[in-house]
Amino acid sequence: MSRVLLMQGNQAVVEGAIAAGVRFYGGYPITPSTEIAEGMAKRLPQVGGKFMQTEDELAGIGTVLGASLGGMKAMTATSGPGFSLKQEMIGLACSAEIPCVVVNVQRVGPATGQPTSPSQGDVMQARWGTHGDHWLIAVSPSSVPECFDLTRRAVALSEKYRCPVILLMDEIIGHMRERIELPDNYEGLEAPRRKQPDVSPENYLAYAVTDGSKVPAMADFGSGYRWHVSGLIHDETGFPKGTPAATKNSQDRLHAKLRDHEDDIIQVEKYKTEDADVIVIAYGGAARTAYDAVDMARAEGIRAGLLRPVTIWPFADNAVKEAAQTAKCLLVHELNCGQYVREVGRAARGLVPVDLYAKYDNEPATPEQLLEKIRESAEKIKGAK
Amino acid sequence: MKSMEELVNEYFRPNRLPHLWCPGCGNGVVLGALLKAIDAEGLAKDDVAVISGIGCSSRASGYVDFNTGNTLHGRALPISTGLKMARPDLNVITLSGDGDCSAIGGNHLIHAARRNIGLTLVVFNNSIYGMTGGQYSPLTPQGARATTAPYLTIEPSFDILALAEAAGATFTARATTYHVPILVDVLRKGIRHEGFSIIEAVTGCPTNFGRQNKLAAPAMMMEWQKEHGVMKAAWDKMDPAQREGKFPIGVLSERTDLKEYTKAYDEIIERAQSGKEAASA
Amino acid sequence: MLKFYTKRCKGCGICAHFCPRGVLEITELNKSAIVPGKENDCISCGQCEMRCPDYAIFVKKEGA
Ligand SMILES: Cc1ncc(C[n+]2csc(CCOP(=O)(O)OP(=O)(O)O)c2C)c(N)n1
Ligand code: SF4
Ligand code: SF4
Repeated sequence: MSRVLLMQGNQAVVEGAIAAGVRFYGGYPITPSTEIAEGMAKRLPQVGGKFMQTEDELAGIGTVLGASLGGMKAMTATSGPGFSLKQEMIGLACSAEIPCVVVNVQRVGPATGQPTSPSQGDVMQARWGTHGDHWLIAVSPSSVPECFDLTRRAVALSEKYRCPVILLMDEIIGHMRERIELPDNYEGLEAPRRKQPDVSPENYLAYAVTDGSKVPAMADFGSGYRWHVSGLIHDETGFPKGTPAATKNSQDRLHAKLRDHEDDIIQVEKYKTEDADVIVIAYGGAARTAYDAVDMARAEGIRAGLLRPVTIWPFADNAVKEAAQTAKCLLVHELNCGQYVREVGRAARGLVPVDLYAKYDNEPATPEQLLEKIRESAEKIKGAK
Repeated sequence: MKSMEELVNEYFRPNRLPHLWCPGCGNGVVLGALLKAIDAEGLAKDDVAVISGIGCSSRASGYVDFNTGNTLHGRALPISTGLKMARPDLNVITLSGDGDCSAIGGNHLIHAARRNIGLTLVVFNNSIYGMTGGQYSPLTPQGARATTAPYLTIEPSFDILALAEAAGATFTARATTYHVPILVDVLRKGIRHEGFSIIEAVTGCPTNFGRQNKLAAPAMMMEWQKEHGVMKAAWDKMDPAQREGKFPIGVLSERTDLKEYTKAYDEIIERAQSGKEAASA
Repeated sequence: MLKFYTKRCKGCGICAHFCPRGVLEITELNKSAIVPGKENDCISCGQCEMRCPDYAIFVKKEGA
């Protein structure tokens, strides 16, 4: 049985987390993500889980990492300024391979910016926010039902690959109310847990890779497998090792464990791209405008399409490359001054022009505004190829 | 009681000795006392977690055979808190330097104390930033020299136990690396205490505090501790003039009337699951 | 009886300072050792063991 509800994106994240088996939340309130904290405060104890309003965002993600070490699926949520504060811990989670989900409902920045206005200005921060080379996953929902599904997926990916997963939302998606059908019972929706050791405690090496996945098995603290967590570069024992070889091995594996599974990790949605001359590339809240704009363009005889990266990081190189091969122009639309467009340009390798419709004035674009940009792009490439 | 040799053999991870601390650094004495306390309390290794921040003292977690973490500068308490929430059955012992715990992690300290969460926090107070080479910390005595206070510090220092107690810590105690049996005793009591406990271990950093402050010989730092640490009972009878420059050691405050945080949280779960909203105020 | 783990000893001198019978000294090799001629002076008080930060010296009680 299921129920049809009218629900906010932020609330759908809460339900997705509960369904996935998240049982710990630590965080600090901030607009426009606060409804996630409030929802978790209400829902978690109902299912035997625990919620903590911590003293700041650093403690929020700190408690999440601690709970994750204890074997719980754990999540935190925040927005712009709070996302900046969490960055050091995100690096620890990358280095020590501690599963966790970090929701960032983006708002206009920098600094306090525009707390209640939509933006996608953190898309590069989501990838490169913490210091040092590192690899993680970020996914970005475009609808309320997708908030539910992608939250579950974020939890599953973080458990499977032992890395932080950023659920990159924006104010549009977080606060929008939409119809969503939810099952009455979440049985069977739980995300599988991290891989458990298949050796005895005496033979357990915390960071040894025993299969092709390059992801080490992770024992819960207190389960009889005693191991050491460190944010220093470490070898397979988990203890610090500073040699050039150990450093390189560590970085190589942390990269490879995601790169080798990009087929599993990277999701894109293609809308009318097969014969498209102009392919719009948009994600999250900005992509919502694009469906309508593409249809309106087609009604005028412009062959337009939409490529929507659902997985924002790692970057969907292959899908963008393919779009650059089949279309005559790519048009990136994002709610910032132009960030993701740089990656698109890199992946398009000069095959086609890469145009940008950057919107950074507190308001999402209307389909008409985007249509105008599609027209401009179509005009420029008339007679090309 | 096991001998120290037996304790080292039992609780040190293989190939971790000699440790990386400087000659005469008091951290080894504090860690030895902690092992004595854990053993005397009869805790199983699997049931103990030792979580530290970053600093010389925080290296201790890597040496000992428990569930351990050497995390981020200042953040040992939040990580310990999350672990305790996930696993209230574990004995979570948090290790922190004076800078780690009172400067960058100061906010976490007051809130962990306020919540009365059942962690045992051991503060290695060497009055200086050891790892980064001798900068002053919030616990460096006013008037001391540090690499960032070449003209002597003008900042008053915290009494970290008074701070923690005011914030709500239900067990506070202090001892020094000179007063080893007392250190072991207060560590045991702190571990046994159900709510939040903080134990300040006054320790010497001959390399970065001693050399700058005319206390370079490690044994002299211990002699200084011997002269300045006064048992609580004697301290209580001293007048302000006698107390000048000295500090009390032993259990300084303890209360058992307040609920431990994870136990209190169980009541939230009960209320949520019985469908009743929280009794409104 | 004193037992030394010489590799662990860093020659900090704490043990020698606190030994009430002057049994210990730091040698030219920067290690703790028994002062020649004082082999039988140790009273097994345990001061050195208790204070050594490096777990490098232990006191074995006779007959234990
Ligand atoms: C965010 C951050 N800031 C600064 C540092 C550099 N740092 C490492 S340890 C330390 C101070 C250590 O002093 P204390 O906490 O008193 O511990 P000790 O080394 O004396 O045991 C500093 C400033 C760091 N690692 N991380
Ligand atoms: S610098 Fe100071 S605190 Fe650090 S190991 Fe040396 S003596 Fe100990
Ligand atoms: S106290 Fe320990 S480390 Fe220091 S000199 Fe004596 S045996 Fe060596």
